Amino acid sequence: MSWKTTTYSGWGRALTATGEIARPERRRTLDALLSDGLIPACGMRRSYGDAALNDGGRIIEMSRLDRMIAFDPATGILEVEAGARIGEIAAAFAPRGWLPAVMPGTGFATVGGCIAQDVHGKNHHLAGSFGQHVLSLRLRTASGERTVSPKSDKALFRATMGGLGQTGVILSARLQLLACKGDVMVVTERRMSGWEEFLSHLDGSTATYTVGWIDATATGEGLGRGILEEGETGAGLTPRRVKTRAIPINAPNFALAAPVVRAFNNLYYSRVPARGRTVVKPIGDFFFPLDKIHDWNRLYGKRGFHQFQCVVPIAEAPALRSMLEAIAASGLASPLAVLKRMGPGRAGMLSFPMEGYTLAVDFPNRDAARALISRLEAMTVAAGGRLYFAKDSLARGADVRAMYPELDDWRAEVAKADPEGRLQTDMVRRLKLRSEA
Amino acid sequence: MSETWLILGATSSMARAFARRAAASGAGVLLAGRDRDDLAVLADDCRLRGARMAEAIDFDARELAGFIHLIKRMASEDGLLSAAVFVGSMPPQSEIDADPSLIPGVVTDSFTGPAQVLQMLAPLMEARRGGTVVGVGSVAGDRGRIGNYVYGAAKAGFATYLSGLRNRLTRAGGHVVTVKPGFVDTSMTWGLPGMFLVASPEKVAEDIWRAVDKKRNVIYTPFFWRYIMLIIRHIPEFIFKKMKI
Repeated sequence: MSWKTTTYSGWGRALTATGEIARPERRRTLDALLSDGLIPACGMRRSYGDAALNDGGRIIEMSRLDRMIAFDPATGILEVEAGARIGEIAAAFAPRGWLPAVMPGTGFATVGGCIAQDVHGKNHHLAGSFGQHVLSLRLRTASGERTVSPKSDKALFRATMGGLGQTGVILSARLQLLACKGDVMVVTERRMSGWEEFLSHLDGSTATYTVGWIDATATGEGLGRGILEEGETGAGLTPRRVKTRAIPINAPNFALAAPVVRAFNNLYYSRVPARGRTVVKPIGDFFFPLDKIHDWNRLYGKRGFHQFQCVVPIAEAPALRSMLEAIAASGLASPLAVLKRMGPGRAGMLSFPMEGYTLAVDFPNRDAARALISRLEAMTVAAGGRLYFAKDSLARGADVRAMYPELDDWRAEVAKADPEGRLQTDMVRRLKLRSEA
Repeated sequence: MSETWLILGATSSMARAFARRAAASGAGVLLAGRDRDDLAVLADDCRLRGARMAEAIDFDARELAGFIHLIKRMASEDGLLSAAVFVGSMPPQSEIDADPSLIPGVVTDSFTGPAQVLQMLAPLMEARRGGTVVGVGSVAGDRGRIGNYVYGAAKAGFATYLSGLRNRLTRAGGHVVTVKPGFVDTSMTWGLPGMFLVASPEKVAEDIWRAVDKKRNVIYTPFFWRYIMLIIRHIPEFIFKKMKI
């Protein structure tokens, strides 16, 4: 059967869509599906909101078109189908001394998805965004299949990086991998006692990979406390990766009640000794810590959750602090909260990154949390910051317009590649990205 | 010693996962099937995952004349020769009811076609004193049911064939693993109603790989299908004939 009618959601599970999904296993099957016109494509649906949803319509899941096509060990250039998962590429190539140059927080993200969201990783301050390492890609547009590179079609390329799949179906890409020493990470973990210390360490860090876990429930003196992790790749041996586990059922609502989260965060903070420590980990444990727990989104129960992620310019750090104060005071946050310094690197017109600080916090899907996120979004707009399409499920079109100054250019390119508007998804409709202001 | 796997029906997602597993072990893989273009991409993928050799080769279970070509290609490889059979076809029973002439095709795809290839390969395996045959059957072959008994009958025939081949190859240092998968998440089952406890092709491939390693004779994958089928096989016929499962 080609088409399966089902109700599905993004990773956050708060928004759902009902429609038909096809999952071709061969190029021939995909070509046949697209013979009557373009259909939006999705990967592993790791975007949190509605970027990969098409309610009432059709969507093509690309996850089985996931083959590695060619690799040149002299240059580190890998050609791969769009459905290939980043974690699999890392596992296959790290022992040979190569890693995807940019890896998002989950190894289940596909190459196509990483392009469509122009994702960033823990090395954004040095390596920039995913799209900056895409040398070219094969794209199925309304007028047929073509190779798109920054040289051949600068505008179309820039509209495709972070372009939410609106320029065509991404078939494959040539990626410049990054040389690494081996498949081991040497990680230094240090407690950060509060906001100022955290920011100054993020600013001063010279590590290749940096990420901060932040205790979004701590208030007062402890506001902004957390753990700074700095990592470098290395060669050597590590203990075998622990077995993956799965969350089998939806957790009850009290699982993430405020006292539980506070207690968990205290433990998580104290886990790292006061003087810090250096540990050796398999690469997967450092880059994709939550992938060990399959279906962890079920911890939020069947109502699902939202992630708020914004980036603000360096000078607006105080605004970010105010956001964190509002979050901590609300008592609504979950343990998953991340603070990072970003560099300026971005590859597309709708790319998220800007030089500054990014904060990401998960909230169970409740009225109070939605109201808080709405306030945080307004604060982001006021600070000249940006919301991340890979995470967003609540913003409104008017907010987003101010954040993405190249939106009009993007719309013009998209109109050429998909003139009939067949590739629109729930997110594109919700944020009115393809309609004039 | 180096090993080469002939994978029949390599375009299926279960076969693809198995080919990748074999590739990661450093074995050579001959990817046999009808979609040459698709298999060429899989061959690239297998080489990048560590296969000593990976090549696409034409194979159609209904084209007897092509089989010798496969055997010759296998014979040209040094070391142990092994084969994994993933072919089979399952038209809806209602189509077969309307057109009984579909039956020989189902039996050829699921049983007699691959059995002839294995029969031709067996002397080579015996001569090299080793190698493994993996035959993928189906839990549908354990008992004839109203929903797909032609397919089930073909798979039952194939399972009996594999049992005999095991008896033969064991004497020459070889081995045969009969695999009976339950519901697997493939394009064949995508969107079918009534699926439950569906396993990923990667999980099935991993189970098969372990069974090859441990020289298991008959495996169900995932394992619990052994118990489900144990119950189904033991329902007395006078009750079973009235059931619709």
